[in-house]
Amino acid sequence: MKKIYTQFDDAVNQIEDYSTIMVGGFGLVGIPENLILAIAGSGAKHLTVISNNCGVDDWGLGLLLENKQIDKMIGSYVGENKEFERQVLQGELEVELTPQGSLAERIRAGGAGIPAFYTPAGVGTPIAEGKEVREFDGQEYLLQEALTADVSLVRAAKGDSFGNLIYNKTARNFNPEIAAAGKVTIAEVEELVEEGEMDGDQIHTPGIYVQSLIEGKQEKRIERLTIRQKA
Amino acid sequence: MSVQQDKALQREKIAKRAEREIESGFYVNLGIGMPTMVANHIQEDKKMVLQSENGLLGIGRSPHEGEVDPDLINAGKETVTASISASYCSSAESFAMIRGEHLDLAILGGMEVAENGDLANWMIPGKVIKGMGGAMDIVHGAKKIVIIMNHVSKHGTPKILKECTLPLTGRGVVDRIVTDRAVIDVTDKGLVLTEVAEGFTVEEIKESTGAPLIISESLLEKSY
Repeated sequence: MKKIYTQFDDAVNQIEDYSTIMVGGFGLVGIPENLILAIAGSGAKHLTVISNNCGVDDWGLGLLLENKQIDKMIGSYVGENKEFERQVLQGELEVELTPQGSLAERIRAGGAGIPAFYTPAGVGTPIAEGKEVREFDGQEYLLQEALTADVSLVRAAKGDSFGNLIYNKTARNFNPEIAAAGKVTIAEVEELVEEGEMDGDQIHTPGIYVQSLIEGKQEKRIERLTIRQKA
Repeated sequence: MSVQQDKALQREKIAKRAEREIESGFYVNLGIGMPTMVANHIQEDKKMVLQSENGLLGIGRSPHEGEVDPDLINAGKETVTASISASYCSSAESFAMIRGEHLDLAILGGMEVAENGDLANWMIPGKVIKGMGGAMDIVHGAKKIVIIMNHVSKHGTPKILKECTLPLTGRGVVDRIVTDRAVIDVTDKGLVLTEVAEGFTVEEIKESTGAPLIISESLLEKSY
């Protein structure tokens, strides 16, 4: 029922210059690795990217930075990346920092048809500048506006041809909300399963949010390997 | 003892004291860095659940070598395991549970804390801004916010002040400060010194704090 791509280049072909894209993942966990690689190869420029982080210097969204494909980045923590720092200092890259929970909720609101919401996060801080503050029950709250994207890119462990998705452990993170907030959503899945193989009670992202899928092998690079030594 | 060993010991000492803030039955969020170390000191008889804002309720110990799952990390992006109680959720739900005040306690790091409970812990003007991550949401979420940090900066100047000089993470959000030297509560009347660590006197704490201190009637000395 949904478009199933076999080539990553074809899947990202619809991403045009000046597009706004949302990309799932927390750090390098749960990022659609091959879709990002394909965008890096596509030459799409002047992108606005909405994602919690911006990859590392040689992997994930860091690859798009390296190619100077990103004009604006909306995220909550971008500290793992030297090229990011350089481009910000040179004025080549615009950054909008949003508290992580507000970012997640802005994306959720975008997919849920809610234009804006009030949150306590950021009241009295630099990020409140220029934003409406309103009092409820004697407490101040900040107005945060919803985010949507031309194209959303997510990564799931399993998907079927109806677009239903199941994520694995903390690779879920921003992916479900991002899937819902894209006008068009492309899901990169580790395993494309037969119709009827997924248990409807276990599905995290109902297929209605997903327009196309592609199966891809993941490298799953680890940012901070932390091991417990055997006693 | 080298300066580095000294620093590590100081961090351990703070983490150990901070562990006492956790009660059995608590849901707790530990910030990145020193707060993460608190997990190493949790007493075995305490049953509690650690929340990680990237969507894990029930952080377990670090994995053994053959156990590493690249899809399983904490908010500090370190590989972890899941505890027996664990459940996973999306980032939006994770922050809904934070913002909705379902967590009993958050233990976070700090750069500066003001006497009214203002917290600064995310940016230094003039330095490259990396982002606030989840800190601005968490300080408004958990029922109790405990800040752990060194009592003074590396230049020896107070980090507990009348007013923060750095841009804020949250206004009036801190309940308690645990340092290498003392435990101080933020109250409507001002800062209350409740515990003094071994090796320090009340006078020394007063001198190294940049805001007036009320001495608690039940002050504990040599508390940790």
